[in-house]
Amino acid sequence: MPDLTMHRTSGPATPADVSRADIRAEAARLRAIFEAAGAQVVETAILQSAATLLDLYGEDIRARAYVTSDPAMGEQMLRPDFTVPVVQMHMAGGAEPARYTYSGEVFRRQETNSGRANEYVQVGYEVFERGTTAQSDAEVFARFHDMLAPLNLHAITGDIGILMAAVDGLATTPARKAALRRHIWRPRRFRALLDRYAGRTPVPPSRAALLQASDPMAGAGPLIGLRGRAEIAARIDALRSDAAAPPISENEVDLIDAVLAVRETCPNALERLRDIAVDMPSINGAVAQLAARLEALAARGINVDHLPFEASYGRSQMEYYDGFVFGFTSEAHPGLPAVASGGRYDALTRQLGQGREIPAVGGVVRPGLVVWLGGAA
Amino acid sequence: MSVRLGVPSKGRLMEKTFQWFGARGVTLGRTASDREYAGVVEGAGDVEMVLLSAGEIPRELAAGHIHLGVTGTDLVRENLGNWEDRVEELAELGFGHADLVLAVPQAWVDVGTLDDLDAAAAAFRAHHGHRLRIATKYHRLVRDFLRENGVADYSLVDSQGATEGTVKNETAEAIADITSSGDTLSANHLKILDDGVILRSQATLFRARRAEMSDADRKTLAHLTAKLGVN
Repeated sequence: MPDLTMHRTSGPATPADVSRADIRAEAARLRAIFEAAGAQVVETAILQSAATLLDLYGEDIRARAYVTSDPAMGEQMLRPDFTVPVVQMHMAGGAEPARYTYSGEVFRRQETNSGRANEYVQVGYEVFERGTTAQSDAEVFARFHDMLAPLNLHAITGDIGILMAAVDGLATTPARKAALRRHIWRPRRFRALLDRYAGRTPVPPSRAALLQASDPMAGAGPLIGLRGRAEIAARIDALRSDAAAPPISENEVDLIDAVLAVRETCPNALERLRDIAVDMPSINGAVAQLAARLEALAARGINVDHLPFEASYGRSQMEYYDGFVFGFTSEAHPGLPAVASGGRYDALTRQLGQGREIPAVGGVVRPGLVVWLGGAA
Repeated sequence: MSVRLGVPSKGRLMEKTFQWFGARGVTLGRTASDREYAGVVEGAGDVEMVLLSAGEIPRELAAGHIHLGVTGTDLVRENLGNWEDRVEELAELGFGHADLVLAVPQAWVDVGTLDDLDAAAAAFRAHHGHRLRIATKYHRLVRDFLRENGVADYSLVDSQGATEGTVKNETAEAIADITSSGDTLSANHLKILDDGVILRSQATLFRARRAEMSDADRKTLAHLTAKLGVN
C-alpha cells in the first residue's frame, strides 16, 4: 500500500482529499497552457466501445477498465484513457498536422490496489505530424517538463523503438522475430521465448514427442471445435522448421541483454547504444533517432546531460507506445503514480486508421496530483 | 454478539464440514427442520452457525458479517481482490479437492503447454479474425494466470455450466474449469495443458480479518481455534 498519508504542513492530507473544484480549476489551467501552445480543444464520449478496446489491449483491459452494457449497444467501457478516442477522431478526418488537448475523467478498475484512485482527471496533449519525429517528441516532452518544473519531479525517458530494432536485426527466422516482437510488452514471455530460441531451455517433453512422431495426428481423438486440421498441421510444420533452425547465438542474446540493461543519463546511454550498435547494426537507425531527439530536446532548453534514459522503461505498462516514452514521478512520494507520462504511438494510428496512418506522440498529466504536490507555478 | 461460523448449506461439503468439526469435539448440526437454514453448535461456547451458499461465504467473510467460514480456496481467490488482506487461511480441511485447469481439445496435438497455447492463439486470431475463446466462470483467476504467463490473443467467454461442452458446440476453443478427476474432460475429448493447473483448491477454514469482535468473542474464538488445533 503506498504511503500517501505522510504529514504535510498544509493542504489536503492525501491526493484523495483534494477537492473536485480545485482539480477542475487546475485542469482548466493546464489545458489552457496546451491551448496557448496551439492545440485544439477536443472532447470524447465517456462510454467507449468495448470491442475496440478489447481488440487493442486484449482481455487484460477488463482487469483495468469498468465494463457496462445495454441490450442495444452491447458492451461499453468507461473511458480508461483518451488516447484511443482521440486517435479515432483524428483518423476519421482530422486536418494535418494537428495538435489536440483535452481534459476529463478516466476510470480505472483497481482489482488489487484499493489505495489507488479508480476515477481521476487527466489533461492531455497529442501531436499528429509527419516528418518531424524528433522535434515532435521533444516538443511534447518539453511542454510537460516546463509545466511541471515547479514541482521538482523526477523525469525518466526511454525508447521502445530501440528494442524493436534490436529484435528485427536478429539473425534468425522471421517467425521467431515476429513472436518476440509480439511480446515486447510482456517481459517474462519475451525472456522465455528468447531463452528457448537460444537453446537455453530444454524442449518440453510434449514438444519433443510431437517432433519425433511420424504421424502426429494418429490417435489424436476426434477433431472438435473451430480450430481445424489444417491449422494444426500448419503449426506442426512451423514447429518442425523452428526445430531445424539454428539457435539464436549467445552473442546476440548478450546484445539484447546489453540493450535492455542500458540505464544511464541520456548522453551516456547514447554512447553505450552506439557501442552496442557496432555489433548490432540494426539499431543504428533507432540510435540515430535518439541522438536527433536529444538535440531537439537540448534546443528546447532541456538539460539532457542529466536526463535519465532506461532502455526497458515503459515495457510493462504502455502497450501502445512503440518509440519515445517518458514519465514524471515524485521522488519524495514514491508511492504516488506517475504525475505525467506519455510517448509515441505510430502503430496505434495504423491499427485504428483502417489503412491510414500518421506519426503521433502525446502525453497526459494528472491535475489532482499536481495540486496535491504543490499546485500552480 | 457471538462468534459466527459460516458453513456451506448443501450437500457433501456441508456433511464433510460437520464431520471435520465433529472429529475435533465441536458438534455442528441442523435444527429439527431441514428446511430452515439455521444450525446448532455444541462444544464451542458462544458460537453461532450460519448456513450459506459456499459462493457467498467469501463475500460475507470480507464484509465481516461472519468471523469464520468454510469454503473453497477457488471461490475466495476468484471473488475477493487482495484476498490475503481480508481473510486468513486457518486450515485446509482435506476434502472438496478441485483443480482449476486449462484444457484444450485432445486433437490439438501441437498444443501441450501455455507457450503452445499462446502461439496457437496468435495464429488462430490471424486465421479467424477473432481471438481464441476460453470458456470459464473463473474470470479473474484465469485472466491473472494468463497474464502472469504472458499468454495473449485470447478472450474469455462466460460459462456458468456445462463448460466442457462449449468447444464441441463451437462457442469456445478452450476451457478453464474445475475438475476433480479429469474424467469429464476426457469424455469431452479435452486434455489439460502440462502447465495448465491454475489453482489447486480444497475446502478451507478461513478467518475474517476485518470482522468486529467483543472481548468475549475473542476469547470464544481463541478457545475454538485451540480446540480445532488451527491457531
